[in-house]
Amino acid sequence: MARKRSVVDLCLTPKEEVPGALRYLVSTLVWLLVIGAWSFATYGGFMQDIFLPSPTAVIGAFFRLLDDGTLAQHIWASLQVVVIGFLISSLLAVPLGLLMGTFRVVQAGLEPLVNFIRYLPVTSFVPLFILWIGIGIEQRIMVIFFGTFFQQLVMIADVSRGVSKDLLNASYTLGASRRDALLHVLTPASLPGIVDTLRITMGWAWTYLVVAELVAASSGLGYISMKAMRGFQVDVIFLAIAVIGLLGLFTDTIFRLVRLRLVPWAN
Amino acid sequence: MSAAEILRAAAPVETSAPVAGETPRLRIQDVRLEYATRGKTVVAIDNISIDVPDNQFAVIVGPSGCGKSSLLYLVAGLAQPTSGEILLGDEEVDGPGPDRGMVFQSYTLFPWLTVRENVEFGLKRRKMPAAEREAIVNRYLNETGLAAFHDAYPKQLSGGMMQRVAIARALANDPKILLMDEPFGALDSQTRNTMQKLLLRVWEENRKTVLFVTHDIDEAILLGDRIYVMTARPGRLKEEIIVPIARPRTMDMVMDPEFIAVKRRILELLKNEIKDDEH
Repeated sequence: MARKRSVVDLCLTPKEEVPGALRYLVSTLVWLLVIGAWSFATYGGFMQDIFLPSPTAVIGAFFRLLDDGTLAQHIWASLQVVVIGFLISSLLAVPLGLLMGTFRVVQAGLEPLVNFIRYLPVTSFVPLFILWIGIGIEQRIMVIFFGTFFQQLVMIADVSRGVSKDLLNASYTLGASRRDALLHVLTPASLPGIVDTLRITMGWAWTYLVVAELVAASSGLGYISMKAMRGFQVDVIFLAIAVIGLLGLFTDTIFRLVRLRLVPWAN
Repeated sequence: MSAAEILRAAAPVETSAPVAGETPRLRIQDVRLEYATRGKTVVAIDNISIDVPDNQFAVIVGPSGCGKSSLLYLVAGLAQPTSGEILLGDEEVDGPGPDRGMVFQSYTLFPWLTVRENVEFGLKRRKMPAAEREAIVNRYLNETGLAAFHDAYPKQLSGGMMQRVAIARALANDPKILLMDEPFGALDSQTRNTMQKLLLRVWEENRKTVLFVTHDIDEAILLGDRIYVMTARPGRLKEEIIVPIARPRTMDMVMDPEFIAVKRRILELLKNEIKDDEH
């Protein structure tokens, strides 16, 4: 009979599975620890609430902004910018990235330029964008686009480059034309990688959103943080950060569901 | 006199002149393949000529790196010979096409399609009506013992099952010739035997012209009507052997004296080959 291994032994073995209950327990414990430390520091009076608000203060800010409707309004403003910027970027980057990874000529044409632009800090372009397109929503959409498009392009090109040539060869011997191979082999084969890329870059889009809204905006979650800083409303800053985190978690969950639905064969 | 004895009297032959009444389906004529690596020209295939008659199961055996897979890729049209020509019927091979179905050594099923959809792939490219498509797909799913798995995705299948789908997928297109590049090379020996039995049965039902590449001598004799033995790089045709064993073939024929005689001959040819290589 196999020796029954202790939980401690399992925990200390690299890459070994542990009981599910233990995993949930540990996850919960870490959250409790963080909130506990936060509560201890604030309620215990170790931190002034002008620097670190208490959990109840942040919850209070949440209800205050929820009641007067400003929270919904700013969430909507931010969501609009992220979604529009991300959509335009993705709609261009997916087909172009596939072509870049598939045709050496497109790769030779675009790769050097894209890799150059990719390493330019988006933030340094914000003054330029303001100069060119003002401080309206278009400027913020441009920041999101600029921050995500070139990254998406390179990542999606990598995905399509990773599709095995044997799959294309197999399709040719079954009578597929080049067009068939592109539409019915390369594209579906790249789909899981594309969804993963979009999911990762969506996270980056949220980061660039705050950059855009901190500099020039009259609404949005980044804007209310900036305004709250001037009014020493640290609880609102914390609230804005938490809401962005939750929205990020929400969009991430959507992408995970999309992946399950769209490419069940890859899971 | 049995069919086997008649065939034995004729074997082995050095040239591949087609027997009267048999039309050569595939003609490989003076094919040479060179490629450049690090500025040096490597000869992979050195002027090979092979005629495969219609409805024959032809096998190419040779030491690894002798260019036997390359030769198959040339016939498939997935690569171009440096010189020489390849004719299928009267037409010169120019690029890949559905008249030359291929089963690859690596698993090349489309992972986003179910077993049924994989088998259907070629028929769909031809825009065949759905009802007609279904009848053909069902036939080959049944022949390869896949009917119960028609809705499964490739990643739910074992290696042997995946190669069954690959065979059904190639046959559903009704190719003029079936090219098989060490299709059972990655399988364990039990599964390989099962697949060889399955292939023998399917071949009896279709009698499709086959060009099969392997380094497994037993497999070559068990499956083949004729065996082309190749030399080590640069690949040349060393000998053509007609296998004097009657069909239908069964696994226990590996103990037959005819089988052992052919095996001894091939081993001898390949042994010399390895010696040549050491110089």
